[in-house]
Amino acid sequence: MSTTMPGEFAAPQPEIAAAPEHVPGVHPAPTSFWRKYIFSLDHKVIGKQYMFYALLMLVVGGLLAILVRWQLAWPGKPIAFMGKLFPEGMPNGQMLPEFYNSLFTMHATIMIFFAIMPILIGAFGNFVVPIQIGARDMAFPTLNMLSFWTAVPAAVIIIWSFFVTGGAAQSGWTSYAPLAVVQPRGQTLWLLSLLILGLSSLLTAVNFITTIINMRAPGMSFFRLPLTVWALFITAILLLLALPVLSGALIMMLFDRVLGTTFFLPAGLVVSGQPWKNAGGGQALLWQHLFWFFGHPEVYIMILPAMGITSEILPVFSRKPIFGYRAMAYSIMGIAGLGFIVWGHHMFQSGMNPMLGTTFMISTMVIAVPSAIKTFNWLGTLWGGNIRFTTPMLNAISFVAMFVIGGLSGIFMASTPVDIFIHDTYFIVGHIHYVLFGGSLFGAFAGLYFWYPKMFGRQMSETWGRIHWALTFVTFNLVFFPMHFLGMRGMQRRIYDYTQYAHLKGLQPMNQFMTISLFVLGAAQLILVVNFFLSMRRGKIAGPNPWRSNTLEWQTSSPPPHENFTGRVPNVYRGPYEYSVPERADDYWPQNEPPPGLPGPGAHA
Amino acid sequence: MGLALLPAAGGALPFWLRLPEGVSSYSGKIDGIFRLILWITGVIFVIVEFLLLFFLFRYRHREGRRARYTHGNNRLEVIWTIIPAFICVVLALLSRRSWAEIKQQIPHDAMQVEIQAEQFAWNIRYPGPDGKFGTPDDIVTLNQLHFPVGRPVVATLRSKDVIHSFFLPEFRVKQDAVPGMSTRIWFDAMRVGHWEIACAELCGLGHYRMKGFVTVETPEEFEKWLAEQAAQNAPAAASAGQAAPAGQQVPADQEGKQGS
Repeated sequence: MSTTMPGEFAAPQPEIAAAPEHVPGVHPAPTSFWRKYIFSLDHKVIGKQYMFYALLMLVVGGLLAILVRWQLAWPGKPIAFMGKLFPEGMPNGQMLPEFYNSLFTMHATIMIFFAIMPILIGAFGNFVVPIQIGARDMAFPTLNMLSFWTAVPAAVIIIWSFFVTGGAAQSGWTSYAPLAVVQPRGQTLWLLSLLILGLSSLLTAVNFITTIINMRAPGMSFFRLPLTVWALFITAILLLLALPVLSGALIMMLFDRVLGTTFFLPAGLVVSGQPWKNAGGGQALLWQHLFWFFGHPEVYIMILPAMGITSEILPVFSRKPIFGYRAMAYSIMGIAGLGFIVWGHHMFQSGMNPMLGTTFMISTMVIAVPSAIKTFNWLGTLWGGNIRFTTPMLNAISFVAMFVIGGLSGIFMASTPVDIFIHDTYFIVGHIHYVLFGGSLFGAFAGLYFWYPKMFGRQMSETWGRIHWALTFVTFNLVFFPMHFLGMRGMQRRIYDYTQYAHLKGLQPMNQFMTISLFVLGAAQLILVVNFFLSMRRGKIAGPNPWRSNTLEWQTSSPPPHENFTGRVPNVYRGPYEYSVPERADDYWPQNEPPPGLPGPGAHA
Repeated sequence: MGLALLPAAGGALPFWLRLPEGVSSYSGKIDGIFRLILWITGVIFVIVEFLLLFFLFRYRHREGRRARYTHGNNRLEVIWTIIPAFICVVLALLSRRSWAEIKQQIPHDAMQVEIQAEQFAWNIRYPGPDGKFGTPDDIVTLNQLHFPVGRPVVATLRSKDVIHSFFLPEFRVKQDAVPGMSTRIWFDAMRVGHWEIACAELCGLGHYRMKGFVTVETPEEFEKWLAEQAAQNAPAAASAGQAAPAGQQVPADQEGKQGS
């Protein structure tokens, strides 16, 4: 495998260009069903496995959200058939408070860990990164297979936890101690599931970092990497540094629950009138520090890949180089670095020393800057473009438009005094959904429509893609924007029945409006599901490069052959976003197309 | 200062577009920063989304159009780094002052009260005539916080079991009650009235009904109420040997000294 040192080359040195012929297909393609589709070592198959995994869990998480919103719109109103599915949590279809707590806990857990992360990192990262850097596979294919097959039992455990005595975890996705320590058994399964999933993500992170550093094609210097690769590279570093802290905290809480340790249990704890069996010496806030030391980088783990996808798609459909390539790469690094010193902004009202709150407020305000830089550069990319409104482009533009709202609303809670009022209210829920749905999920949709032809060799229906986008975009805003108003009125998050409070009773019509909008939003996703599966058989044959894009994954067949490139791995001569170069007839210039006058390896293929 | 930016838009807006009435003396400061941020982010929002839509329209694909070939502009990068950084630092500095006033500068002449949270109730304790907590003349109520108008109250928050959060929306007060810690906060009221105490931190299946009541009254009414409570309290304390029916006395020395 050829590698180059990082650094810039005007053109690859002749000896690299004339490197000895690679033997295509160092490893022969597997032929048995099991090795080809189930325990495959091929990053493209593993990417698709992650995609089906994530989409399935996205459906589960979405259904949980619908149940949560049902209760918020019509508190206590029964849903008859649900009584049969969950006789314990919803007797006669009427939701119990503890079951409601399970629903939002599992909605967030599943969406964050089992849907958003697998689709952005597992699916797109796996499928796209090796081809975009001109590698034949990930650095460690067997490890890659293990990553996926470690993530599967984690999902099985988390779903299974719904059916154990006492139901699934019910202390929020943040599982604050001591509540999470004194909860029923479902919480133990939650801890185990995330521990296993964390191991899977850690393996993936190591694999990505190694692959991106060592497996780049000749001429693919760091500053010729597509921004998707930059984003996933930094994401993998964040995972590597943040996840062990979460795993440590999960193990400590597991020990508190099953072995009688007291890491998070202070002295004198009295639960339900009984002194708790093992308490003393621990600190409740320690959990929060550990959790958010992971938890805040986690937010960037979920948004950076979507930013990368957006940075990839905007130039392709504006037919224009990305504005400020280096600023984009540096701002990803800036976000990642600062992301490790802002965790305390989740704890302003926790009883942490208020002086520390001021420090965290300042670092939090500063982290808004690299996000602003990225937004302005996306605008700069559109400026002067030749914009085509394809489905991936519409979703990428929505990412920019919605991420702006999610970013700006973050400034409210960054301000410590304002946070006193809006902390733990629906304002926060609105903010996080503008980042994770408006941001990450629109980014995932953009990536899905963009790379689908590469993954399956056929195009998805553009018409139905646009209808899906339009319905999703409108109803998304109808569901989530009013959350800011609920928060401004003081409606707490994670509340089973806000109509108990006189000052919140008047918010019921708005909650009903949001829930009805969510029904439409959910139904609109059926269009995506049908389009996704029908297009595999009926879609228009895509050809290698349907979007006339520059990056390497489009310079090989769709879907790419085993080990990605027939013949040698490509030589890279230029950056990824050379669109509409004045002296050229074509408005794109593939990264591996030899400059005029230089005989290229393309002739050999 | 932020208030000055927004014309007094009282009845003109539907209720859900307004912040709830501010009752404490610092609620105006919090609302002021809220409105200032709303204005700043609102202007940025309008500019960015307008430019986005304008570019999408102006530079939509047309036959024969060719995109501008540019890789960026370093001067622009510097400008749009410095301006947001400046705005954010100014907001942080403005916030810092109010934050210190609300959470760090606890008034000395305040009325003292202890609030102990438990699943799913607020135990509120007044020191009684001797002015000391933990003595038999303490006055304990369940979910009922009364205090006189115009006088600051310092509350010491504790929790028996899990984390709760003491939330008075109209007073712009929120502070977690953490087991093993005692946290002091202060607040006051500028007018008499009745409001609700909410729990803002998920604390278990009864979290949604962990509701209390705040009554702000004139000093005379307050003293009268306190005396009534003392009278009701006394026999119970004498017979049970502890101060409260629902509240459990936790000796101060058992609790951690973390927090402020």
